[in-house]
Amino acid sequence: MSDLAIAPAPRGIPARMLVRGTIIGAIGLLSLLPILNQLPEGNVLRISDFTIAVTGKWICYAVLALAIDLAWGYAGILSLGHGAFFALGGYAMGMHLMRLIGPRGVYGHPVLPDFMVFLGYRELPWYWLGFDHFSYAVLMAMLVPGALAFLVGWLSFRSRITGVYFSIITQAMTYALMLAFFRNDMGFGGNNGFTDFKELLGLPLNTQGARAGLFYAALALLAGSLLLCRHIVGTKLGRVLVAVRDAESRVRFLGYSVTAFKLFVFTLSAVLAGLAGALYVPLVGIINPGEFAPGNSIEAVIWVAVGGRGTLVGAIIGAFSVNAVKTWLTSFAPDLWLFVLGGLFVAVTLFLPRGLVGLFQGRTK
Amino acid sequence: MTGPVLYLDGVSVIFDGFRALNNLSLVVDAGELRAVIGPNGAGKTTMMDVITGKTRPTAGTVRFGDHDLTRMDEARIANLGIGRKFQKPTVFDALTVFENLELALKAPRDPLSCLRWQLAGTARKRIEGVMEEIGLAARAGDPAAILSHGQRQWLEIGMLLMQDPDLLLVDEPVAGMTDQETEHTAALLRRIAGRRSVVVVEHDLEFVRALGSKVTVLHEGTLLSEGSIDTVQNDPRVIEVYLGR
Repeated sequence: MSDLAIAPAPRGIPARMLVRGTIIGAIGLLSLLPILNQLPEGNVLRISDFTIAVTGKWICYAVLALAIDLAWGYAGILSLGHGAFFALGGYAMGMHLMRLIGPRGVYGHPVLPDFMVFLGYRELPWYWLGFDHFSYAVLMAMLVPGALAFLVGWLSFRSRITGVYFSIITQAMTYALMLAFFRNDMGFGGNNGFTDFKELLGLPLNTQGARAGLFYAALALLAGSLLLCRHIVGTKLGRVLVAVRDAESRVRFLGYSVTAFKLFVFTLSAVLAGLAGALYVPLVGIINPGEFAPGNSIEAVIWVAVGGRGTLVGAIIGAFSVNAVKTWLTSFAPDLWLFVLGGLFVAVTLFLPRGLVGLFQGRTK
Repeated sequence: MTGPVLYLDGVSVIFDGFRALNNLSLVVDAGELRAVIGPNGAGKTTMMDVITGKTRPTAGTVRFGDHDLTRMDEARIANLGIGRKFQKPTVFDALTVFENLELALKAPRDPLSCLRWQLAGTARKRIEGVMEEIGLAARAGDPAAILSHGQRQWLEIGMLLMQDPDLLLVDEPVAGMTDQETEHTAALLRRIAGRRSVVVVEHDLEFVRALGSKVTVLHEGTLLSEGSIDTVQNDPRVIEVYLGR
């Protein structure tokens, strides 16, 4: 009797295989896009540069959604400030890209980026040092969001700030960062942020090859993040997170430090968001304080809700589908977008609490 | 452990001027099964909150063996060997019966250990053994959400067994149970005691009688009477404030 009873997930095996197959298939299809982009103009199968750029952007959004789902869907930590971690990662990469411009700027200064020359900087601020190295920039794209998440998380979780109160704190965090980054004297280009990037890792950015490289890097990041998240939620740590989500105080009475688990997952989630931002910036060619706008973070949470939270794959599906609708809609009725987004969130909450993935799960069960 | 397992002396808890506990003293010996009764608001749950670190006492001593509990948080107290079962059964609905027990199993509790955790054969055996004991072996793979009320209570008791505590605090374990479930629960608690100390808070006097243990009566946050069920049932003070109504 116990033999039958032990294996806790026999019912899940076929569904798991199905999910795995779908993921591999989707990644395979996506990896074809840059190849189809190489086809000569006029070929019916040719994918435009625009499609590559937009899809690359969505892949970065999908990583952000995945990061949010890991914290929200599994540990119940609803962050409305993940856009800040994404933007910080983006700024770290942006600083590297600015340093690589070198003397090719409008003012032709050998070291200082244009905006610094314009604002009368004599030398590079100390926090810009090191950003001429790619690996340092990548490290900072993980370290800065991770450290901020650790600090905000530690202060909040230790004081048992949960639920909507924590969400409000994270919203305030991203708003405060936006105001700070808007200031010219912060040394991050103020209102205009960074743009006019020339190259990355020796490749001129404005080429098909660079676009394909960035696209594959983003795809690799998405695949790697998905594997990592799926591994984590499959361990006992993942089950403790689910337990924290459903009955936090009970977990404490079992002897687990809820603060430590929340800090772990929130920090990891911020690092993933930072990496996504770091790839996003060379793909879109610009980063400015608008990326910190509170609405961005809320929109990312809606992607996860629409796709289906606590499923990982749902977050990715949500990011792609909501952004597909956004791209389509804003091309002819941009004013309608916010209403549609809000309506979508209400509709999903009321009629599809398990998101798009829930539709599918309902059928397999 | 020599001497009492649990030692409370002069414990008071004051919320906004209201004395939830008033100079309460209580001693529980190793291996003892103790029932705590009292009318609503007598301070039974507050007493458990103080022992498990959920509430800090305003005054008084709370010791578990050699440890001072008044300065520790819930997780540390739990890891010292104090388990608690809540009035309302709280199990993790999204996890299976097996996974619920696995989380409760005595093992390193930090995130990295949990990340690396592999279920060894001995651990699996222990979980299987507890599942047999609480009568849920056939439900191992079911999510806790679909269990009946009684089964959830047993699962929670099972989780406490996995924690292998030296002291077990049980809050109203038979509330809302059928007669048959109540009997099963009483038998389960008697089996657990003897190996460890158990404190049971209960309203149901028939159940307390079935436990056959020493009884402590609380009233207005302080000790009113202590002794066998017959002694306290015949204590005129107890009759006046509690049983007489």
